[in-house]
Amino acid sequence: MSTIETPPAARTAFWNDPVKRGLALQAALLAFVVLVVWAAWSNMSANMVARGLTFGWDYLSRPANFAVGEGLIPFAPTDSYGRALVVGLLNTLRIAVVGIVLATLLGVAIGVMRLSSNPLLARLVAGYVEVVRNTPLLLQLFLWYAIINTLPGPRQALPLGPGMYLSNRGMKVPWVEWSHVLWPVVWAFVAGIVAAVIAARALKRRREATGDAPPTLPIAVALVVVPPFLALAVQGFPATISVPVLQGFNFTGGIELSPEFVALLLGLVLYTAAFIAEIVRGGIVAVSKGQWEAARALGLPSPRIMRLVILPQALRVIIPPLTSQYLNLTKNSSLAVAIGYPDLVHVSNTTMNQTGRAVEVILVFALVYLTISLLTSGFMNWYNGRVAIRER
Amino acid sequence: MIRNIVLAGLAATALVFGPTAAEAGRDLDAIKARGTIRCGVQGPSNPGFGVPNAQGVWGGFNVEICRAIAITIFNDPSKVEFVPVTTQSRFPALTNGEVDVLSNNTTWTLTRDTGVNRFNFPAIVFYDGQAIMVPRRLNVTSARALNGATVCVQPGTTTELNLADYFRQNNMTFRPVVIEALDELRRAYDQGRCDVFTNDFAALAAQRTLLANPRDHVILPERISKEPLGPTIRQGDEELTNIVAWTVFALIDAEEFGITQANVDQIAGSATDPRIRRLLGVEPGMGTAIGAANDQYARTIIKAFGNYGEIFERHLGVNTPLGLERGQNAIWTKGGLLYAPPAR
Repeated sequence: MSTIETPPAARTAFWNDPVKRGLALQAALLAFVVLVVWAAWSNMSANMVARGLTFGWDYLSRPANFAVGEGLIPFAPTDSYGRALVVGLLNTLRIAVVGIVLATLLGVAIGVMRLSSNPLLARLVAGYVEVVRNTPLLLQLFLWYAIINTLPGPRQALPLGPGMYLSNRGMKVPWVEWSHVLWPVVWAFVAGIVAAVIAARALKRRREATGDAPPTLPIAVALVVVPPFLALAVQGFPATISVPVLQGFNFTGGIELSPEFVALLLGLVLYTAAFIAEIVRGGIVAVSKGQWEAARALGLPSPRIMRLVILPQALRVIIPPLTSQYLNLTKNSSLAVAIGYPDLVHVSNTTMNQTGRAVEVILVFALVYLTISLLTSGFMNWYNGRVAIRER
Repeated sequence: MIRNIVLAGLAATALVFGPTAAEAGRDLDAIKARGTIRCGVQGPSNPGFGVPNAQGVWGGFNVEICRAIAITIFNDPSKVEFVPVTTQSRFPALTNGEVDVLSNNTTWTLTRDTGVNRFNFPAIVFYDGQAIMVPRRLNVTSARALNGATVCVQPGTTTELNLADYFRQNNMTFRPVVIEALDELRRAYDQGRCDVFTNDFAALAAQRTLLANPRDHVILPERISKEPLGPTIRQGDEELTNIVAWTVFALIDAEEFGITQANVDQIAGSATDPRIRRLLGVEPGMGTAIGAANDQYARTIIKAFGNYGEIFERHLGVNTPLGLERGQNAIWTKGGLLYAPPAR
């Protein structure tokens, strides 16, 4: 019986085998990274010992003894450094979230305007984009802060409306005083949002099935607004409104938007919006002209062409660079230190200075920024996957 | 601000990747090997205490303290590099070795002396206390009337902590506006962002000279803290500690004995008082004992800058824009707190 001798499997050297070679390289890289981290860590420990420094987190629970200008949770100097850092973190998240939302809205609007057929409008926004994009953000922050600080003092505050004042202490507006009777209102509001989402989906299905277009937006708005109102009415409107009143040096009552917050928000939003505008414009231009022409041939009006045909396709191009802008905005918010907005870096710096724990504090804020950035880009990647064109 | 983050980052990086530090005497050895002493001063400038002139040459009270130290180490007042630091960046800069000595009105406190910072305060050059400045038009006469005020304050200072203590103690509330760059902070106060501005008294007097209308602002009489200020070095170098301490003591002793820039040579030639003869090095031994480059280091310093009182009057005194009285900073024989151990 003759068999075809299969040649004995040539013993290829492992460096010629791409799989093994890849594994070996990865192992080497991993070993290198571990070595660098280990060397850095042991060297740091040796340095800290030599300088009589200790590594530890006990400072987090010690009283901070300094005050923080503003925060989403109350903070007194008797509270701990740990709480001060949380106040700073919440302030960072507040500016990042509000900033990202506003910068996106403004950026999209400006990007679309720059493509307008009205030359005045297009040139005007082009000028804005070029000026804002090409000057340093820090300079813009100083400019906004200086402008806000030239507003009159609290005793000569500009009245903006009933109970609303604008001064160099910020903007004061009346606000509902929180009490437990407001919980039903909050739940009614949440339930309203859920109902609105469900209703919008049902209406969309119906429109796709039957072709008639029910007024989705008014129905959704009504579903969100009416339940909280009813919840208030049933309890006989128990909420008290706190109105800002000038008392002593400053206004008390109401809520305030501090000059530092407003200056930082203005600076970040206007700066980032200019970049987003260019990204949006690029995305729209990337959609082929034929799409416009086809949509027009169907008789769609321009705003709808933009909303229903162009933007959904442009999003594929827009999302990845947009993610970078969101990350930039979040990290740029650390420029807050320059104008005294107590964000994470600002509070960390003070903590570092008062405790001498440079390594620990820097470790904390590096990890926090890393986490925020990874979460943001994780979310955006998920969203990008959803809007990506599905090739069939 | 940005610089501060960079510095703090560098300090941390230096700890992570830098070489491990050596034994005692190391700082003085490093200074001598380099040929200059690096002196951290309040940046960008602090009138009276440390200001660069149009040519970029630093002058002022704290600056001359550093130059006097340079005379002791090198017998040459020009062997100083001045490094501007902020209240936030100064400690990382010192820990990290970017500066050898801070001469920027740093307060001597227990935690800075002993805690994780591990600094040394060889001598006090200025006795200060925290004060509060308000615009005259507010008609405030006492710090106790400041409930609810918005306060401009620098971060990372004892000032920031004393402020919180003082308001808490007096059951008052306040809103801090915390900006690191002194120029930005002063501008915020000048524009009315804050009702009051707090700092050490002398520093406030210095900042007041830079306001749009210095006469429209008053410094309230309360001193809400003790602020002993002096050159600050890293702990662990006894030789450098001795040099800094005895440089300051020489200035104080000289004033006590009435030795001035003008008469120092004449007194050295004719003095019979053994205390003066030892201080000026007419009877040798004292300079070499502290490790000075020149046994007559005190005489050289006084010849260059005068005694403590002369340096004070030149930069901070009543005939300067700051207009400070000697007060606690008078020699002990004249009712002040300045008291130096004898050179013997």
